[in-house]
Amino acid sequence: MLQDILVTGLVNGGVYALLAIGFSLIFGVARIVNIAHTAFYMLAAYCFYALLTQVGLGFALSAVLSIAAITALSLLCYRLVIEPVREHESAVLIATIALGLIFQELMLRAYGGSYLGVPSTIDGTMRLFGVSIAYQRLLILGVAALMLLATWFFLYRTRTGLAIRATANDLEVANLMGMNVHRVAMVTVAVSVGLAAIAGVVVTPVTPVHPQMWLEPLVTMLAIVVLGGIGSLKGSLIGALIIAYVEAITVFALPAGAYLKGAVALLIMVFVLLARPEGLFGVAFEEER
Amino acid sequence: MIRRIGIAAALSLVSALAWAQGTIKIAILGPMAFVQGENHWAGAELARDEINKAGGVNVGGKKMQIELIRADTNELQSVPDATNAMERVITRDKADFVVGGFRSEAVLAMQEVAMDYKKIFLGAGAADAKLGENVEKDYNRYKYWFRLTPTKSPDLFKTLLAVLNSVAGQIRASAKREDLKVALVAEKAAWTEALVKGLQATLPKMKMEVVGTWQPSPLATDVTAELAAIERAQADLVFTTLSGPVGITLARQMGERGMKAVAFGINVEGQKDDFWKASAGKANYISTLDTYADIEITPKTHAFMQAFRARYGKAPTYNAATYDAVVLLKDMIEQEKTLDADKLVAAIEKGTHVGTGAVATYDKRHDLVWEIGKTAGIATQWQDGKKVAFWPPNIKGVQPFKLPK
Repeated sequence: MLQDILVTGLVNGGVYALLAIGFSLIFGVARIVNIAHTAFYMLAAYCFYALLTQVGLGFALSAVLSIAAITALSLLCYRLVIEPVREHESAVLIATIALGLIFQELMLRAYGGSYLGVPSTIDGTMRLFGVSIAYQRLLILGVAALMLLATWFFLYRTRTGLAIRATANDLEVANLMGMNVHRVAMVTVAVSVGLAAIAGVVVTPVTPVHPQMWLEPLVTMLAIVVLGGIGSLKGSLIGALIIAYVEAITVFALPAGAYLKGAVALLIMVFVLLARPEGLFGVAFEEER
Repeated sequence: MIRRIGIAAALSLVSALAWAQGTIKIAILGPMAFVQGENHWAGAELARDEINKAGGVNVGGKKMQIELIRADTNELQSVPDATNAMERVITRDKADFVVGGFRSEAVLAMQEVAMDYKKIFLGAGAADAKLGENVEKDYNRYKYWFRLTPTKSPDLFKTLLAVLNSVAGQIRASAKREDLKVALVAEKAAWTEALVKGLQATLPKMKMEVVGTWQPSPLATDVTAELAAIERAQADLVFTTLSGPVGITLARQMGERGMKAVAFGINVEGQKDDFWKASAGKANYISTLDTYADIEITPKTHAFMQAFRARYGKAPTYNAATYDAVVLLKDMIEQEKTLDADKLVAAIEKGTHVGTGAVATYDKRHDLVWEIGKTAGIATQWQDGKKVAFWPPNIKGVQPFKLPK
C-alpha cells in the first residue's frame, strides 16, 4: 500500500501543481483574485476537444491553438472586466466569479451537459514499484515540472519577471519607477492563464470534459495556494503534493470515505493555517503597504 | 395549507376550463441541460407527436390534443430549483399531469409539491424506495405518485443479484475457483446506501469476499487511488453503483490500466450511446443494468428504438420512459373517459401496462411489481465499441457476456 500512496500522490500532485502554478502567479504575485482561472482551464479543454475531434487537427496543433486562443481571450477579459475594477479586490472577485459562470453557461449551451472524452496523447501504462501508471499521467507530471522550471526562470531570470515581482511587492513604487504596471499585469494574466490552458490541454485526456469541470479544481487550487503560501511557487508545488498525498492516504486508509478526500485535504489546510496563517512558505505581509 | 387548498381548488376549475378548450397539459420535468432531461423530453415529445398525429386523446367522445410543458429542474445542482420548477408548472403553467424527475433527493421533494396539489406524478428516473413507501404510509396523500422507471432500489438489488449469478459463474469457470473477491465502488449518494448495505450482507453468502467498499463522489474526475487499492486487493469483480460522471472516469481508468477485474453493476453513464466516446474508447467490457437495447424486451421496444434513433440520432436512456408515461395517461384517460385524477389513479393501479421497456403492473406502493423478463430490466456490456445485451438470456437477440482479456 505504501508504494501505491507514494506513486499515486506524486502523479496526482503533478496534476494539481500544473493548475496551481498559474493561479499562484496571478493570485500571489499579481494580487488578482481570478476565480475564473479554472474556467479558462475548462475553456481550453473544450477548445482542445473541438479542434482535435471535431476539426480533426493533430494533438500538437490543437494544443498550440487552444493555448493561444484561451490566452488571447484572457487578455480581452482582463482589459474589459478586470482592469477597470482592479483597485477593488472584492469587485475583482465578483467579476471573475461572474466570468466563470458565464463561460460555464456558454459551454452548457454549446455542448450540453454531456460528458466528453478526449483521447490520450500517449496511450498505455507502465508499472512503477508495482503500481500501474498511465503514460498520460507521467506526461502531466513532466509538463508540470517543466512549467514550474519555466515559470521560475521567467520570474527570476528575466527583466519582465523582475517587473512582475516588483509590481507585486509595491504597485505604487513600481509605477513611480517608470514601470508600465498595466502592461505588467497583462503579461502576468497571459502567463497565468496560459499555464491554466496548458493544464487544460494535458489534463483533459484523463478527465471527462463538462461545463462544471472548473469548480472542483478551483477549491483544491485555492487550498493549495493558501497552504503553500501566497506568492510562493515552491509553496504551490509543496502544497500540491501535500494535498495530493492527503487525498491518496484518505482513499487508501478509508475506502468508504473516498468522497471525503477533498474535505480532508482542506481540513489539513485549515490546521496548517491555524499554526502558520501565511502558509508554509508565504511571507507575512503587513496590512498597509 | 389553506392557501394551498384554495389554489388547488382554483386550479381544478382552471384545468376544467383548459380541458374545455381541448388540450391536456403534461409537464415534463428533468435536468434539461443534461442527458437525463434530454431523454425525459425526447421520449415525451415522441409520444405526444404520435398521439396528436393520430387525432389526440379521446376523452369520452371529445378529442383533445396533448400539450407538453418543458421544465428544467436543474436538480443535479439544486433541489430547491427542482421544487420551484414543480410549483411553477402546476401554478403558473396549469399542468394537468407531471412526469419525470431523476435525482432521488430532488424527486422526494418534488413529490411533496405534486401531492399538495393532487397532481398525478409519474416518475421516470429516481430509484429511492421512500418514494413508494410514502404511498403505503399515507395513501390518500401520495396515491397520485407512480414510478414508471426504474424499479425501486431494493428491486434493483434483486436484479443485480440475478445477473451477478450469471456473471460470477463465468468468472469462476475462467478462474477455476469458487471463491471470488469483489470490490464495491458506490458513489456517495442517497440511492446507493441501501444497495451497498445489501451487497455487503449478501455477497459473502454467495462465496464472494468483499475486499473493500469505495465511495467516491458522483462527480469525481479521478479514481486512480481507488483503482490502485482495488488492484492491490486483487479483486476479481468491481461491483459498481454509479450514476454520475464518475462512471466514465472509472471505466476509462480501468481500461487504461488494463485491469482484468470484471466491472459490473449499475453505471448509468454506461447506458448511454456516447459512453464509448466519452471514455475515449477505453470502456471495453464495462457492463451495467439497463433498460433499452436492440432486443425485443416488449412488443413495442423495437418500433420505439427505431423511431427514437431516427429522430434523435441515438438510442434512448431509461429516462425516455416518459414515452410510456404519456401513452399510459392517454390509455387510462380513454379507458375511464375522464381526466379526473382519482379515477385515473384507480385505473393505473388495476391494469397491466405494456410499455417500451417493461410490462408493468403496480403494487400497493405504486412501484413496479418485479419480474424477470417483464420489469426487471436487462443487462448490457460494451464490447468493442458496441453496447450489447447479455441478460436475461431468454430474450431473443442477447449476446454472451465477455470476460476481459
